[in-house]
Amino acid sequence: MSNIKYIIGSFADPDEMMDGIDKLQANNVSIYDCFTPMPIHGIEAKLGVKPSRLPIAAFCFGITGTCLGFSLLYYTMTYDWPMNIGGKPSLPLPAFVPVTFEVTILLCALGMVATFFFRNHLFPGRAPRVMDLRATDDRFIIAIDANDNADHGKIESLLKEAGAVEVKYNERKYVSYE
Amino acid sequence: MSSHNESILREPLVTGKDITYAKVTDDILLPVENKPNKAWWIGFIMAALGASLWVVSVGYTFWTGIGAWGLNKTVGWAWDITDFVWWVGIGHAGTLISAVLLLFRQNWRNSINRSAEAMTIFAVICAATYVVAHMGRPWLAYWIFPLPNQFGSLWVNFNSPLVWDAFAISTYFTVSLVFWYCGLLPDIASVRDRAAGLKRRIYSIMSFGWNGSVKTWQRFEIVSLILAGISTPLVLSVHTIVSMDFATSVIPGWHTTIFPPYFVAGAIFSGFAMVQTLLLVMRKVLNFENYITMFHIESMNKIILATGSIVGIAYLTELFIAWYSGSEYEMYAFSNRIAGPYWWAYWTMMTCNVISPQLFWFKRIRTSIPISWVLSIVVNIGMWFERFVIIVTSLHRDYIPSSWAMFYPTWVDVGIFVGSIGVFFTLFLLFLRFLPGIAIAEVKLLLKSASLQQKAKLIREGHLDAEQVTFFKNSLGKYDSVTEKEINELETK
Repeated sequence: MSNIKYIIGSFADPDEMMDGIDKLQANNVSIYDCFTPMPIHGIEAKLGVKPSRLPIAAFCFGITGTCLGFSLLYYTMTYDWPMNIGGKPSLPLPAFVPVTFEVTILLCALGMVATFFFRNHLFPGRAPRVMDLRATDDRFIIAIDANDNADHGKIESLLKEAGAVEVKYNERKYVSYE
Repeated sequence: MSSHNESILREPLVTGKDITYAKVTDDILLPVENKPNKAWWIGFIMAALGASLWVVSVGYTFWTGIGAWGLNKTVGWAWDITDFVWWVGIGHAGTLISAVLLLFRQNWRNSINRSAEAMTIFAVICAATYVVAHMGRPWLAYWIFPLPNQFGSLWVNFNSPLVWDAFAISTYFTVSLVFWYCGLLPDIASVRDRAAGLKRRIYSIMSFGWNGSVKTWQRFEIVSLILAGISTPLVLSVHTIVSMDFATSVIPGWHTTIFPPYFVAGAIFSGFAMVQTLLLVMRKVLNFENYITMFHIESMNKIILATGSIVGIAYLTELFIAWYSGSEYEMYAFSNRIAGPYWWAYWTMMTCNVISPQLFWFKRIRTSIPISWVLSIVVNIGMWFERFVIIVTSLHRDYIPSSWAMFYPTWVDVGIFVGSIGVFFTLFLLFLRFLPGIAIAEVKLLLKSASLQQKAKLIREGHLDAEQVTFFKNSLGKYDSVTEKEINELETK
């Protein structure tokens, strides 16, 4: 085998890329991943990517926030140092609503985004794993693992048939940013 | 998305011929990838001078204490809280555009959300500075947060709306910042992949290694949706709590249940006016006419009209209830507003907030750029006076006539206010210089459904109701970015 690691099909139009995915899948070519400058709706279903479980994470973080917020208020206002404020009860539930709510939102947002960054390995200074520099500009990229799919000529003709503007054979997996 | 066409009746959100994905990137990144023009420098120098005035005034306040302001023992809150509420209110439009309009699937938000969110963040920064400055001993500002007793103080009083406010504003700022930055990641990656050298390195760090893979986008969209879902009640809660700073007190003129909805409507009103002020200049100077179209301007004017009318009704309701309550203190507070020594502030507020937005019922005014711009500033002047009227006129005539007083601002009050506008514009201009002012990825989403060229293609293909096509052509008349000739060229071939 050659040194080619990945075959990159570069499309100028998202619909043509979707067509390309259909054509490749009909011919049992497995797709490694797609890189696009904008979200493409319906692509997950095509590639068999499971729905994200982030909403569950967000809910768990939110509930944790509710509990933490309420515990803080209960501990300070009712348990640790109850104060007599105009003879009012030391467990003023309505007055606890705003802060509990804010802490819920804060934890939900921060927790969910942190989970998103963690799962996608996004953090400041991470070397971008980009296969084609124009994938963040105007190209819609289908990446195919060259070792898993032997018939490169056929892949190229399928991609071209679907409307690929360019087909590249990359010897390195990712574009170097050096 | 791209597989189904949008109705021809809907007005286009992106105009211009031959707008390709590459052209969208080129157009929006133009100010980021090139040296700033003269207009930017003039604006930036003026803003920076304003910001230095702010540094001097705030520094002087910190050094001498809040005696530097025009406060007296009757009027203990004046410009500081007026400006604070004004800035927080302005911030609300950004969240409204990015969150509420996303939930309602209003696609026109896509080209204005980025700059509106940036505006939110900078406005909240300006607001937060007043909170710190008005404390008198700003180095102890962190005492507003619950710290253990061993620290030397009791726990904070969680019954107090001022404490709720600290939680609300800090949550609001954090969540807005996170929302804004998540949305920026794909666009920063676009800058990164076109840049070279040091610039690429910096944008690479800022992009968090974004690569636009299927899973990244999938999670990105979920995160955006949920952040929008939680930001919506958040933004309502923030100004509700700000209004409770007043409403839970027993000062006549403050102690009213109408305050939360009235403050929220006012906040959206002033926020959209500020977005309008900024975007009308930005689209002209940065040549974004094809992306921020007349449709956007008109839609925002409609929101200003709607929220302005809500605010107007709230003013009248307040007056009615003051009379209907039969409480002589409440009645006096309002007759004092209308005809007391601060009558001019009250009538400025009424004219700017209630009467002037009603002009937007006329389409000609709604779609006129100069008039919209002037009215947007008028609205913000009115909203500043609204807060001034609420705060100062309710306080300055106490229960005991011997302690009645007027409020006169010192140069420090004026300096902090004018300076904070400078700080705001400095931050905003830096944002436009270094980050994409329009969400590139989100505008690209519109290209194959809501753009003029797509609609022109549909017309060319035929199959459309001729009456609907005529309707569409007529709706294009207001666009300043579409010429007469282009409209006439929209023919079935």
